[in-house]
Amino acid sequence: MKPKKRGKGILLRLLMAFFLRRKTPKIGIYGPPNAGKTTLANRIIHTFVDENEDIGAASNIPHETRRAVRRSGIMVDLKLGAVQSPDPNHGSDPEPKVKGRKERAKGKLKLDVVDTPGLATKIDFHDFMAYGLEEEEAKRRAKEATEGVIEAIKWLDDIDGVVLLMDATEDPYTQTNVIIIGNMEARGTPIIIAANKVDLADAAPERIMNAFPQHPVIPISALKGENMEKLYEEMARRFR
Amino acid sequence: MEIKMDLVSEDKINSMGSMEKLRFVLDGVKSGNIVVLEGGLTSEEQMKLIELTMTEVNEDFPGIEMNGYPTKRGFLNLRRKTRLTVIGPAKMMRTIKKENDLISAIISAI
Repeated sequence: MKPKKRGKGILLRLLMAFFLRRKTPKIGIYGPPNAGKTTLANRIIHTFVDENEDIGAASNIPHETRRAVRRSGIMVDLKLGAVQSPDPNHGSDPEPKVKGRKERAKGKLKLDVVDTPGLATKIDFHDFMAYGLEEEEAKRRAKEATEGVIEAIKWLDDIDGVVLLMDATEDPYTQTNVIIIGNMEARGTPIIIAANKVDLADAAPERIMNAFPQHPVIPISALKGENMEKLYEEMARRFR
Repeated sequence: MEIKMDLVSEDKINSMGSMEKLRFVLDGVKSGNIVVLEGGLTSEEQMKLIELTMTEVNEDFPGIEMNGYPTKRGFLNLRRKTRLTVIGPAKMMRTIKKENDLISAIISAI
């Protein structure tokens, strides 16, 4: 009789695993062009997957990412993140404004990261020519960029959480930022704001905290890897 | 050159369907008008307006500039109240300052 009992147990566990399995959350990295979305996505992959793997190429020309790219099955391990993120020693940086800190972030979280094209309300091919692109190339890039914006918007339907990246050296109170936040609030999708580029002298993450006090704001430098462990902790807490 | 502004009442906006509203706004902006909506658009409608705009961007029409006040939460946070939204052609409209209760914009003829 014993083998029969064990068989039932295995079957029950398989059925429970099948019906109670949790899908891997898809986390979209959103933000305006040139906020550092691809740099952040690459940083996450370098930390938790492979130092030599890139999700896309980062560039100072806006709309470098013109297709959404998904990287599946990233295991965010907070211990690993803490080891690989250099200690930022944020002497002058404010403490991240995070709600619900009593709830501790657990050690590991598996997720899919979606690097999205920058959201914008206008795309003028002349802007690309200012970066030295020929007219035809600039027009082609502008056309692809408009398709990229539409793609980023469509992806919102499939996203389980958003890291909204803002350039901490810029005015955060743009309509694009307000629209993304408003949409996420209406959908009930969890959102973390990452105030990027805090390694730059004119960065002011507190402006972002003041503009959007209802959401957690984490000051980071995706390029230098500063304060990334705080972002990973918040991701593990919010997107679990 | 003259610049035309359409100040649209909340009643007129509310009488339109969602797509009709966006078409009305975008047609006005593509004609070179500054469209001011009393009551404004929800963030979902604004996102759809960006999507619609992107399908129509070309060499002569690079897109829109849009600004407005964030929605206000109503009783028990159950009802969201939209407020004023201003939309104009990107070639003509430039926001110079935006705060919770003040939007300053420069509008110049093309």
